[in-house]
Amino acid sequence: MAAYAVGFGLPLAILTAWVLARYRFPGRPLLNALVHLPLVLPPVVTGWLLLIIFGVRGPIGVLLFDWFGIRLVFTTAGASLACAVMTFPVMVRSVRLSLETADPGLEQAARTLGAGRLDRLFNVTLPLASPGILVGGIVAYATCLGEFGAVITFAANIPGQTQTLPLAIYTALQVPGGEAKAAELSLVSLTLALIGLLLSEWIGKRLNVALGR
Amino acid sequence: MSLALLLRHRFPATQLDMDFEVPTPGVTVLFGPSGAGKSTVIAAAAGLLRPDVCRIEVDGVVLADTASGVWLPPERRRVGLVFQDAKLFPHMSVTTNLRFGMRRAPTGVVRFDEVVELLGIGALLARRPHTLSGGERQRVAIGRALLAQPHLLLMDEPLASLDSARKAEILPYLTRLKTALRLPIIYVTHALDEVVQLADSMVLIDAGHVVGCGTLSEIAARADLPLAQRDDAGALLLCRVVEHDVGRELTRLEGGGAAFWVPLLDAPLHAECRVRIPAREVILAGKAPDAISLHNIVSGTVRRIAAEAARRSVLVEIALPNGALLSRVTPDAVVRLALSPGSPVLGLIKSTSIEVLEA
Repeated sequence: MAAYAVGFGLPLAILTAWVLARYRFPGRPLLNALVHLPLVLPPVVTGWLLLIIFGVRGPIGVLLFDWFGIRLVFTTAGASLACAVMTFPVMVRSVRLSLETADPGLEQAARTLGAGRLDRLFNVTLPLASPGILVGGIVAYATCLGEFGAVITFAANIPGQTQTLPLAIYTALQVPGGEAKAAELSLVSLTLALIGLLLSEWIGKRLNVALGR
Repeated sequence: MSLALLLRHRFPATQLDMDFEVPTPGVTVLFGPSGAGKSTVIAAAAGLLRPDVCRIEVDGVVLADTASGVWLPPERRRVGLVFQDAKLFPHMSVTTNLRFGMRRAPTGVVRFDEVVELLGIGALLARRPHTLSGGERQRVAIGRALLAQPHLLLMDEPLASLDSARKAEILPYLTRLKTALRLPIIYVTHALDEVVQLADSMVLIDAGHVVGCGTLSEIAARADLPLAQRDDAGALLLCRVVEHDVGRELTRLEGGGAAFWVPLLDAPLHAECRVRIPAREVILAGKAPDAISLHNIVSGTVRRIAAEAARRSVLVEIALPNGALLSRVTPDAVVRLALSPGSPVLGLIKSTSIEVLEA
């Protein structure tokens, strides 16, 4: 689920970050605000908004259901969508920061060497932004595993389908004598979070060494 | 063949209006103070900046022409650019950097092995850019630009970020490159040693305008141009080795329609070299003195006398049959010798004050 969320979210985040970092257009502040909205909005509100938009009666949900027979609400795919939306700001910020710190002269050099727009994007810009992309992806993945509010509101709490770690912990705590299980799951959560953070730090460092920074 | 450039552009604070034409192949040095507009010329020629009005033609190929709406983007221009700070791709090895432009250009006359050999970068191929020294990086950057098979090579102060030792390390490579590849090169600098070694033509730029344009010897010998206002002003002559007198440990050079004795050179007969004669080392005389240690007495005609108020001195431009000399003297000397444009004069030059540069 978290893998789906990052897998679909990251390319979109790269595109958004690129647009925000490189172009100045009238709607830019609005786009920037929209991207960062899930960061400041209570997760339950984000989940509820998703429910309104992607629910079976929502404007996009109804289309998805009528045309493709896809139902997002209360499914694994729905949980992934909720996670993707929640972690989107983290990914965009991370990618955008590395795009903005990259030397624009390198792209100019690539231009004079005959590289067109897409050529430059894939062979110069993205490789140079790779630390930010990877770190963003890892942090987003770890965050997805711990997503609570948006997932429970949009995709509910179905064990094995839409249940994230904190949802499982929450469920365990509701059952008398579930403290042991909750403690166990919390330990797993703690470990995963630590691994995620350490991994992103390590990869970021390695990539920056490879890029000679 | 020639390179013609016309450029008009209005920046918020300044205005540029330049127009020059120089012969190709060869190195054209754009020379002038910082902020004069040299880098704008480079950016426009590379296509990275689009001036208000612009026309650039290299050997009959029009790269840009506002009048007919032609504007080739940088990626389709085949104009190589060497930046002041190399701009190598940090995520690629030296080889991959070198092949970046080559892979995207049609096969041309510049071969990989030849460039690697010319620039002496064979030992660096597997390295990463951040492990290279500044001089090595710049050599790789030059190689990368050349391998993209450019019709025109632009170099924007390529040696400015290097210390003098590194500079001395690269200059010979540039001189070799210049003779090996017959390519038009525009070279921006404000270092006179680079000009003296590399330039064939010179374009002097000041405050967005071309103040002088011509061959290196013509421009260097003009007393009225900014180059002559420097402390180290001097004439430049292209000379040829005509005689070695091993017994007297002297070599005779001919250039500009005159002959010069210099301390014995280690160059073959008929070899070409560049000779710089600093203006402050040239003594003027009305008639030849006898019993003097001096070897070189050159006769010419006064062409121009330019006063240098700030220095309390005068620059005298002396026309030779096929070139010119500069002499910096006091106003009093001009009065005593009764010099005026057209008067014959002798230039006395010590053989040890003639600077000979291998070409």
